[in-house]
Amino acid sequence: MASKDFIRKRFFPHIWCPGCGHGIILNGLVRAVENLGLDRKNIVMVSGIGCSARISGYVDFHSLHTLHGRALAFATGVKLSKPELDVIVPMGDGDALAIGGNHFIHAARRNIEMTAIVMNNRIYGMTGGQFSPLSGYGTMGTTVPYGNIDHDFDVVDLSLSAGATFVARTTTYHVHEMIDLLTKAISHKGFSVLEVLTQCPTYFGRRNRIGDAVQMMETYKTGTTRIGSKKKQENPELIERGIFAQKELPEYCREYDSIIEKAKRK
Amino acid sequence: MNKTIRFMQGNEVCAEAAIYAGVNFFAGYPITPSTEIAESLALRLPESGGKFIQMEDEISSMCAIVGASLTGNKAMTATSGPGFSLMQEALGYAIMAEIPCVIVNVMRGGPSTGLPTQVGQGDVYQTRYGTHGDHAIITLTASNHADIFRMTIEAFNFAETYRTPVILLLDEVTGHLREKIEIPEPGKIPLVKRLRTAVKAGVDYHPYLPREDGRLPMSDFGDVHRYNVTGLYHDMWGFPTTNPPVVYGLIRHLVDKIENNTPRITRFRKYYTKDADTLFISYGASARSTLHLVENRRKRGENVGLLELQTLWPFPAEIVRDACSKVSLVIVVEMNMGQIAKEVKLAVNNPENVFLANRIDGELITPTDLRNTLRVIQGKGV
Repeated sequence: MASKDFIRKRFFPHIWCPGCGHGIILNGLVRAVENLGLDRKNIVMVSGIGCSARISGYVDFHSLHTLHGRALAFATGVKLSKPELDVIVPMGDGDALAIGGNHFIHAARRNIEMTAIVMNNRIYGMTGGQFSPLSGYGTMGTTVPYGNIDHDFDVVDLSLSAGATFVARTTTYHVHEMIDLLTKAISHKGFSVLEVLTQCPTYFGRRNRIGDAVQMMETYKTGTTRIGSKKKQENPELIERGIFAQKELPEYCREYDSIIEKAKRK
Repeated sequence: MNKTIRFMQGNEVCAEAAIYAGVNFFAGYPITPSTEIAESLALRLPESGGKFIQMEDEISSMCAIVGASLTGNKAMTATSGPGFSLMQEALGYAIMAEIPCVIVNVMRGGPSTGLPTQVGQGDVYQTRYGTHGDHAIITLTASNHADIFRMTIEAFNFAETYRTPVILLLDEVTGHLREKIEIPEPGKIPLVKRLRTAVKAGVDYHPYLPREDGRLPMSDFGDVHRYNVTGLYHDMWGFPTTNPPVVYGLIRHLVDKIENNTPRITRFRKYYTKDADTLFISYGASARSTLHLVENRRKRGENVGLLELQTLWPFPAEIVRDACSKVSLVIVVEMNMGQIAKEVKLAVNNPENVFLANRIDGELITPTDLRNTLRVIQGKGV
């Protein structure tokens, strides 16, 4: 099955602005699913609210477009009730880590098998450019007209300490790396997190004078480096890309199967 | 025939009834006075291959049961006041996306954290109006264990029939009270199975196109039909839309499928109402005290009766109007500031004859309280 068969043409044109990075992630996602040879009827895409969340409607899988921040909670119900399904949860940075932060850390802690994709554009795009928990100190947004005094946190560090068993980061500039990491994240037996730095030229780029989409993607090229590279030692400011954790630990649904066995033996 | 007679707490009865109804997914968060429902189902569900999960809060609990229902399961959660407040967001989602599920709210005294271990009936309006936007809702209640059993099953049956969340509104007294119950034989109480689509693979399935009778056959996530589910206004495909005729059609459908079926959804009990001149209307734990008073008065030859409501929403206005038409005095008994009393006044022809007997101090309203209220209304003094 070709990747174009995974797209719902009826849902197009999409809502994303010209230059938005989300379409690149959609492209990467359908190619990863194609690589894995997954059956469309076994895939459930669960998303929350925001520009990123609309991605679930554009793919021809089972799709559940839910409430702001709650995607992982809905996804937990889907997965635990029918563990044979492949559950993919694309989220925005505010969606996943502000309003959805509690659900995020607890889904990671349970190590329930699903793929959380954090489409990090460091801004609330759909509501018009307010700062997010990942915007960072000193950035500009419509609700920080004098500059942001909120500090951001690192999605990778948070995921690792919350217990995610697969944690990786890439950007929309590194398309082949993204497809590779998406493929690995989806096939991982446990809770996987992939952070994708994605450009919002309309709000983040313009407000912070970074430039257009191409210039923003340039910053992903020059501002990031592979984990453990020499470049990082020379320039600690660089953001690392790659796989930060990949380990096999007891997965929640399989653990629950053993609870069922125990209860039946009683 | 072996009768299964048990001595149980109301919350445990609710859990047993849910098992009887075929529940196979529960997500919840501990909160007094509903916790025993979660505890019972944590023990019971895996025995039959069902799933129990304690979530990080009530928000996620409500979301999780919606997800589980979409894969074809009968799903429920149980909570109390503050937790029920947190569930309002996803409750609205379940209404909009038409997801069958059951939410039990074992009421305690409110507002806010209020009286965690004491009784109240202040959430009647919250079940009706708690989530934002116009909508209709089904709320059931019960005053004794046999009825908790029946109403829990009705809640699941209505959820499947009308593709909607159903709220079972219990209270601290009935939830924690222990009394005898005869568990019905399996198969004795009819269960409504999920209506699934007959549309074959490869043929277009419209998840949100109601049949002529208003019902919408479902397809499980993981089955052949792949479709979109959203809390936005959506068309028959489940795709978001702002097209005015489609928006109008959907809101009408969501409200009409419940409001137009009020007679079918209405459950109630009548005690000594035929020749009654004074009629009490009550529900939940309040109805227990009321029934006690009514039976005592009957022994003294007074023409008093009780209409016990088991369906609170959609409000059974016709039943209430009819029951009140031949009496000179109506007294609504509830442990709040008159939430159902207000509905009764709206329903009847002579609202000036409707009085409220209530308690709002966290204590169960007693027959003595009712006697005193009755004396005041009758001008006899306390």
